[in-house]
Amino acid sequence: MALGRTYSVALVGLNGYIVEVEADIGQTLPAFVILGLPDASLNEAKERIRSAAHNSGIPLSRRKITANLIPASLPKRGSGFDLAIAMAVLLAANDIRPTGRTVFIAELGLDGRLRPVRGILPAVMAAVRAGYPEVVVARANVAEAELVPGAQVRGYATLARLAFDCGADPQDLALDFEPQSEDSDGTGTGASPALVPDMGDVSGQAAARRALEVAAAGAHHLLLTGPPGAGKTMLAERLPGLLPDLGDTEAMEVTAIHSLCSLPSSSVQLLRRPPYENPHHTATAVAIIGGGSGLPRPGAASRAHRGVLFLDEAPEYDRGVLDALRQPLESGVLVIHRSAGAAAYPARFQLVLAANPCPCGKATGKGVDCICTPTMRRRYQARMSGPLLDRVDIQLEVERVSLAGFGQPAAEEATATIAERVRAARNRQLDRLQPFGMETNAQVPGRLLRGVLRLDAPTTRILDYALERGVLTARGYDRVLRLAWTLADLARRDVPDADDVGQALGLRQAAAASP
Amino acid sequence: MRAKDVLGRRGEELAADFLQAHGMRIVERNWRCPEGEIDIVALDGDALVIAEVKTRKSLAYGHPFEAVGADKLARLHRLAAAWCRAQGLRMPLCRVDVIAVVDDGIGEPALEHLKGVG
Repeated sequence: MALGRTYSVALVGLNGYIVEVEADIGQTLPAFVILGLPDASLNEAKERIRSAAHNSGIPLSRRKITANLIPASLPKRGSGFDLAIAMAVLLAANDIRPTGRTVFIAELGLDGRLRPVRGILPAVMAAVRAGYPEVVVARANVAEAELVPGAQVRGYATLARLAFDCGADPQDLALDFEPQSEDSDGTGTGASPALVPDMGDVSGQAAARRALEVAAAGAHHLLLTGPPGAGKTMLAERLPGLLPDLGDTEAMEVTAIHSLCSLPSSSVQLLRRPPYENPHHTATAVAIIGGGSGLPRPGAASRAHRGVLFLDEAPEYDRGVLDALRQPLESGVLVIHRSAGAAAYPARFQLVLAANPCPCGKATGKGVDCICTPTMRRRYQARMSGPLLDRVDIQLEVERVSLAGFGQPAAEEATATIAERVRAARNRQLDRLQPFGMETNAQVPGRLLRGVLRLDAPTTRILDYALERGVLTARGYDRVLRLAWTLADLARRDVPDADDVGQALGLRQAAAASP
Repeated sequence: MRAKDVLGRRGEELAADFLQAHGMRIVERNWRCPEGEIDIVALDGDALVIAEVKTRKSLAYGHPFEAVGADKLARLHRLAAAWCRAQGLRMPLCRVDVIAVVDDGIGEPALEHLKGVG
């Protein structure tokens, strides 16, 4: 048989498609052609495969080799097809037995070793979903591939070993070649968990601490305004520590995105902690949203999926960057179109914005030191557009720490204690909202708040009054109700009382006056 | 004669015998013109065959076929036309063949024949 057929996976965003690899050996002068819209790195596979096969003791045929990646119209990129092409060519030359529906995903080294590739998790997920559960990957990718339920993963160190298992003649094979992999023992980089900053380090700031707890409990977006040095960044960094562990499905989603973004490593585990992304304010829309040439790659917003996206100095961001976040805030997904196709990345993150009150940063309290004109101040605040702030439930002013609250060591509650309350509050929300297909208070639409979950009139009197006086808009009204529910959940009450509503209004103080 | 020329000469002899054994008629050997040289001109039935012979002692420096690149192939096609012109012939069927000879001088030499390349 002069035709070999194997399978691999092409990733478009997080979606994988089974790619059939056909190899044909034609009776003409030596050449190697790859068809099916390969990109530059995939075209280089020819040289890698030739050298790898030669150094493994199974040289490729000295004829014209044509490899076709089907569907031909789907653009393919990356080095993950190396192994599938090599196996198809060996199959075409009758060097090995047919491999059936096995999917091959690995890069080849010139010496014939299998190298790990990025995006193994989504690729294997796609293979299993498409009904191809047998997967062969590089040994360093096995841990990640095995995270997928139902996958039958085989890991190999070298092409020679794999060819041997597929029935190649062991006489010529370089079977004693055992690459010393620097990252196959799991003791390499990335094994130690990142140190999460603790709430116990925050002195004073009772109101901000409370707001952070509420934000964590109800998954509310959060805006912190305050002078430089008040501790906005310090507070925001501690939010991920308060969030509960991710569930199985969420953890898979998060791990899949990070598998696409990070370099391959064998010490991959399911990411159980919510991610934290902290881009610099010079970041472009592409860096935040995702994009790039060819097939779009995920940006910071997608890397923060199921976690926290913290935008420090939010007014310093380009207006377009901030407004680009409105769509994922609404839908939880980013669809990015580029020349080679469209990719959809999930982006359901908790947004935390930090801002100075004005360009000089001193317009706090009475603002006597502030040197900004009212116009400058207004213009600065207006950089965060109304539609964006509309979606931020908690808008809080952070004051400078007073001497009274400062320097009392270890008097503050630690992250673990608060996280326990947050977890309990999340469970209460889940029990209440699951029938409606929601998980957190932040997702509850106004229709539900004023319908099934309606509070009685005495409880909402203060809100009705604020609405009547015009200091609260209808949307702001809903938002206060959402916060009130979270406060009740934290206090282990089944229904918010007038106190909760009052407190919720307080957390919205900055926004109560704005639309 | 240098060693490599001796080897090449022997390869061409082997190739010519091989072609004859497969029913072709050798018309001319080592035909030269300003553009280059044709190793073997043969007739396979009605078809004119321009054969290029590549000989190697071992595969250590690659297979003989790998030494025939795109520009060499193009030259062979030009030479084919030049030969027809020089003979005043019109050959409607004309093809370029490549014959690889691997001969280590000890065992039986190995011949491979590719018909109608490029």
